[in-house]
This record gives sequence, structure tokens and C-alpha cells, in this order.
Amino acid sequence: MKEQFTISIYTENLIGLLHRITTIFTRRHSNIESINASESEVSGIHRYTVVITEEERKVKNIVKQIEKQIDVFKAFYHPNKNIVYQEIALYKMPTNILSQTREVEQIVRKHHARLLAVEPEFTIIEKTGFKEETQALFEQLKPHGILEFVRSGRISISKPMKEFQDYFLEVEKASKL
Amino acid sequence: MESTKLKKPQSVKTTITGAEALVRCLIAENVDTMFGYPGGAIMPVYDALYHYENEIKHIMTRHEQGASHAAQGYARISGKVGVCMATSGPGATNLITGLADAQLDSTPLVCITGQVSSKMIGSDAFQETDIVSISMPVTKWNIQITKAKDIPEAIAKAFYIARSGKPGPVLIDITKDAQFETFEFEYEPCLHIRSYIPNPQVDPKAIALAARVIDSAKKPLILFGHGILLANAKQEFKDFVEKSGAPAAWTIMGLSALDTDHPQNVGMLGMHGNYAPNIMTNECDVLVAIGMRFDDRVTGDVSRYAKQAKIIHLEIDPAEVNKNVGVDVPVLGNCKESLTQLTEAITKKSYPEWNDRAAQLTARENEMVIEDELFPPEEDKITMGEVIRHISDISRGTAVIVTDVGQHQMVTQRYYNYKEWKSNVTSGGLGTMGFALPAAIGAKFAAPHRQVIAVIGDGGFQMTIQELGTIFQTKIDVKILILNNEFLGMVRQWQDLFFEKRYSSVDMINPDFQMIAKGYGITAEKVTERADLEKAIHRFLSSEGSYLLEVLVGKENNVFPMIPTGASVSEIRLS
Ligand SMILES: Cc1ncc(C[n+]2csc(CCOP(=O)(O)OP(=O)(O)O)c2C)c(N)n1
Repeated sequence: MKEQFTISIYTENLIGLLHRITTIFTRRHSNIESINASESEVSGIHRYTVVITEEERKVKNIVKQIEKQIDVFKAFYHPNKNIVYQEIALYKMPTNILSQTREVEQIVRKHHARLLAVEPEFTIIEKTGFKEETQALFEQLKPHGILEFVRSGRISISKPMKEFQDYFLEVEKASKL
Repeated sequence: MESTKLKKPQSVKTTITGAEALVRCLIAENVDTMFGYPGGAIMPVYDALYHYENEIKHIMTRHEQGASHAAQGYARISGKVGVCMATSGPGATNLITGLADAQLDSTPLVCITGQVSSKMIGSDAFQETDIVSISMPVTKWNIQITKAKDIPEAIAKAFYIARSGKPGPVLIDITKDAQFETFEFEYEPCLHIRSYIPNPQVDPKAIALAARVIDSAKKPLILFGHGILLANAKQEFKDFVEKSGAPAAWTIMGLSALDTDHPQNVGMLGMHGNYAPNIMTNECDVLVAIGMRFDDRVTGDVSRYAKQAKIIHLEIDPAEVNKNVGVDVPVLGNCKESLTQLTEAITKKSYPEWNDRAAQLTARENEMVIEDELFPPEEDKITMGEVIRHISDISRGTAVIVTDVGQHQMVTQRYYNYKEWKSNVTSGGLGTMGFALPAAIGAKFAAPHRQVIAVIGDGGFQMTIQELGTIFQTKIDVKILILNNEFLGMVRQWQDLFFEKRYSSVDMINPDFQMIAKGYGITAEKVTERADLEKAIHRFLSSEGSYLLEVLVGKENNVFPMIPTGASVSEIRLS
């Protein structure tokens, strides 16, 4: 059965590595739903967060293929129940809509979104949450004229307490054997 | 992989060009032979090589694909890392087939390509290709270098990565300005990479569990692959086989890890393998797979593969465990270590009834297939099998056999009686036609004192036929056997069996191979009649220098047994 999984990949910070990692997914016809690159808690080490919907067996194989890459330290995969995750969405609206009616402001408040920037011509609304939530806000704002919309890749933190720091030391030790 | 002792790191700093540094790195990594082809973007390195002629022999092939396969043949026989080099653009892209082949067959290669100057990159400059992106899926690791000072570290990592763990090909792309630039050279070999675990430690619990499963088996079967050869585990494997008492079967990449006539060797697995090991795969109760990766050509339909058996998998690469076939007891680690521990842990056994079963199945195959292939009736055309029988007898099973891809490959591996460790060089995973001739050249450079025989079909020969020029120029001694059925035989066989004999684009109008060979100064002979065969093979194998022997064989002979695609191993057909 297919399920949504979040894969966290800890790597050296190198040009070309993203390409090596994404081809592992594309070659297996696994559609990347979102991808995010950032620093990790260990200095100098990069972290990719990839979301896919697949059978667990296939996810396991993909993770092993990722870990097989020389410059990858460790990759983890988690079903949604084992992580805390968020995405951020930005919505650009004409400012005059906000000044004409109170409706948009009410929507923003109802969705616990906030105004990020207000300029004479446009206003940027920011909402952090699950995709369903940012999407629900999108649907409600849409009739009022969204000028631009963007949603970030997922970022996630796993619930299990063993940290990458520990794995990092294990990997480094094993690399010398 | 054999570990090679590195030359002492250069302690005295000297200012030299990136190109010269590259050559000195190669020397520090014990490279004495390499294969390549020059061109604009790699000229500074060729210029540096000119000054180091006594340290490194550079073999110019006739095509970069040839250089890559020659480096593979060299690596497979020498146990060292094969090195090849090409210029940017077309030179680099011509290496791709060799890289892909080496990636699938775990062959350690370091490929060096020239690249346009760093300031030209991205401008669609003359002979610019993004070879790092192109080669990414077919390399274990690759990198582009734009500064001379980064060359030593990259080369050191390249050799370490290519030969450690599950070996594979590595590509280093060096811009022309980095080759020209000067810097203070110093070389430190790479001893570890912090994100890379080449040698997973063998878990004693896994060994204990595996031993318990093996000891409780009534009908165990051993499958062995390339990993044993790569780990140099000749004696460790033989000890394990003999103590276990179990029949053992090989993948084509594992061939020659155990003598063909070893009493426990029950033959070849997979599509054109032997009857007994394929049938026994679905009858055994424990399957011990060592250094092999359950390729689909070995397993047939995986959903009906050894479902009744407990599977133990000795494997160095965690990504191979549970990839194609579910495994009950994975034993991670280098099999040289895991086999030693496992042999120690198991009880010595024999399985007379189970071995009788192997004998009985083998007898069936003998009667239905092998007898006729090796000793065909007088009125029949020459068979590939009888040619190989003579080659095997006359060379006493001690030659290095290099095969191309197709019917002749299957026949050679089935019928040559391998008596020496590490004697089979073939393109297993990628099935690259055109592999054999250049790979045989590389194998000969790796083992100048061994007889090297390339067995090639009339089709595959013409894919890299230009490498006859390399043989001509280097004057090496490679015996070339062309098994000519005037067809792309293996494809014709499939059309015969599965496309109602619609022979679409498989008949070959061939040139006069003898004349071509003679043009390259290679003695050549053609045999069409059985009466002349044996004598011709004697001449072929005892000749001084290279020799091409073309044998006209039955046009429409098929290779059996065969497991049709999608069928299960137990549905193997004898006719
Ligand atoms: C580069 C490449 N192209 C195509 C194929 C597909 N193929 C597999 S076997 C074969 C026929 C080989 O014919 P030949 O070299 O005459 O050998 P035979 O099978 O007759 O022994 C072909 C075309 C291949 N394996 N490699």
C-alpha cells in the first residue's frame, strides 16, 4: 500500500549531489512531491528533505540507494505519524481588496495566517501549516484575486530521539574500519 | 578488491603543472599501464606522459570505448584499478558504455577526461559536454576539477573509491586551465572518507544465525558471484564449499571462482544456465547466496523464485540486500571475512541424496542438450559447443577467456572447463556487444604470461573491430576466435522461439575477416569443415603472436537450456 513518507538525507555540501540524489527517484519513477535543501544541526553538513508517496518496500530501497552515494552520511525515512512537519505558503493580494472589504482580513484571521508585508499596491499573506491548510486558505482567497502564490517544500523533524549527531559519529568511525 | 600497496607519499614539495601532478599521482597509485586516446582538452596531460614513458605505459586504442573496455579487462585480471583517459566532448561521451558496463559489473576504473577551460564552461564551447552530469548515473563517484591544487586529493579519492567496498568506475573531469596551472605538488593517498563505509563489519550474530540455518538444512544450495573474485576469497570460498558439502552454482560473473570440474560445482545459474542448479533453486530448503545480486537473468520470475527456501545473503553492499529478492539472513561484509567466520561456525556435512538429485538432473541435460552440442552427429554443421570443447581441451582449461555477448558467450561459459582462478572476463550486467576484443587486450596487458583467448560473434566483432589496430601496433598476443553463424545469433534465436521466425534485421553479410586481419598484420584462418577444426585450433593456440580463427558454425543453432523471460527457474526448457 502506498503511503506518504518523508526522507531526510544528510550529506556533504557538494555541487552535483542534488542531481545524483534526484536521479535515484526519477529512475524508479518515483515522483518527488516536494524537496527542500538546508543546513543541518551539524555544521558543514547539508540536509535534504524529500516527500514521496510510495510503498514502504520501495522507499527502503530508495533510501539504501541514496546512502550508497559516497558523499551521503545517512538517510532516514518516516511515515507522517513519526514526524512533525510544516510547509509555508505565501499569497500576494492586491492591497485595495483588503481596504475595500473586511472579508479578506477575516479569512486571514480565521486561518491563523498573518500579513507579512503591506505595500500600496500589494499585500503578502503568510501561512504556515500542513498542505491541506495552506490549500484551504488558497481556496478561500482565490475569489478575491490572488496575484501570486507559492508553497515551500516540506521541512520536518523526526520524533525518535536518536539524533543525527550520534549517527554521524557512528558513520565516521565505521568509515575508518 | 585486492589492496595495493601505495608508493610512499611524496614528501618534498615541488612546483609543477596540474598535468604533471596528475601523472605523478597515477605513479604514486602504482599505475604502470593505462589506456586512452588524446585530443585538445587533454593535451597537457599527454605532454606530461611523454616525460614519464618509463614509468607509465600508455596504450592508445582506436576508440575511447575500446580504452574503457581495455581498462576493464585489465582491472578484472590484474585485481588493480583500470585507468583510461579521453579528451572532452566526443572523447568523453565515447567512454560512457564502458562506465555503464563497469558500474553494473563492479569493476574498479578511474577515468580521466579533459574539459574545456573553466572560463569557457557553460558557453557551449568547442567540444564541451557536461560529462559529469552525463556520467553521474553510471559512476560510483565523479567530480570536476578546475584548479590544479585540487588534483591530488581528487585522484587519491578516486582510487580509494574505485577499489574499496563494492568496486566501481569513477570519473575525474579536469579543465584544461587546471592542467596548465602550476602549484606546489604533494600527494597523500586517501585512507578513508568520513561519509563512506566500504567495509561493513561482519556481525557475529548474523554469522551464528546463518550457521544455524545451514546446519539444519537438508537440501542447501550455494550460489556464488563476482564478489568472491573481487574479495580475493579463493581459498576461503573453497573451504566453505567443501565443509558445507552443498552443491554450488555460479552466476556468469562468479565463473572461475571454483573449478568447473570441482565435484560440488553443479554449473551455471539463470537463463541459459544448467538444468540442475535452476531446478534445484526451487527445490532447495536453504539458499546461500555469496557476492551475487539476484539479477533478473539469474532469477527469472522473482515472484516464483526459491519461495520454499530460507535465503542467506553474504554481501558487501547494503543496497543489494532485499533489493530483488527477500532475504531471511543478511550477512553484511566482505565475504573474505564472512566466509572465514561462517566456515568456522558450520558443521561438516554431506548430502548424498541431494547430490544424487543434481547428478540425475545433470544426466538429463547431458542427454537432451550437451551430448549433441559437444559431439554433434557427423552430418550436422560445426556447433559452437564442439569448438569450445577443443579450445578447452587444447588449452587445458588454463587460459583467460574473454567473451563478447550473445550465443557464443553462453556456449563458451557453459562448456569451457575453467581450471584457474579468475579466468573469465565477460560483460555480464550490461551485455555489451563489442566488449571482448578491447577487454582481451586489457587482460593480456594485465597477464602477459597467460594465454588470452577472445571468443566473439560475427556481429559483436564488428562493433569494436578497429581495436585490431591496437593489437597490431602493440604487437601483443591475443587469440581471437570468431564463431560465425552469419546471424546476430542470440536475437535470431529469440525471433525463432518467440516471434514465429520473423527474422527481422539479424542476417549478416560479413566481410572477409581473414583479409581484414591480414591488413592488420594478424595471421588468420577460416574453418568451415569439421575435419579441419582440431588441427586449426592447435595452430591457433600454439601460434606466436596474435591469431584470428574464424569458424563457420551452424546458422540456426539455438542455445539450450533456456528460461524464457517471465518464466520461473523451474520452467527451464531443454528444447
Ligand atoms: C551494443 C549492443 N547492441 C545490441 C545488443 C543486443 N544483442 C544481444 S546478443 C545480440 C546478437 C549478437 O550476435 P553475434 O555477435 O553475432 O553473436 P551470436 O549471438 O551470434 O553468438 C544482439 C544484437 C547488445 N547486447 N549490445
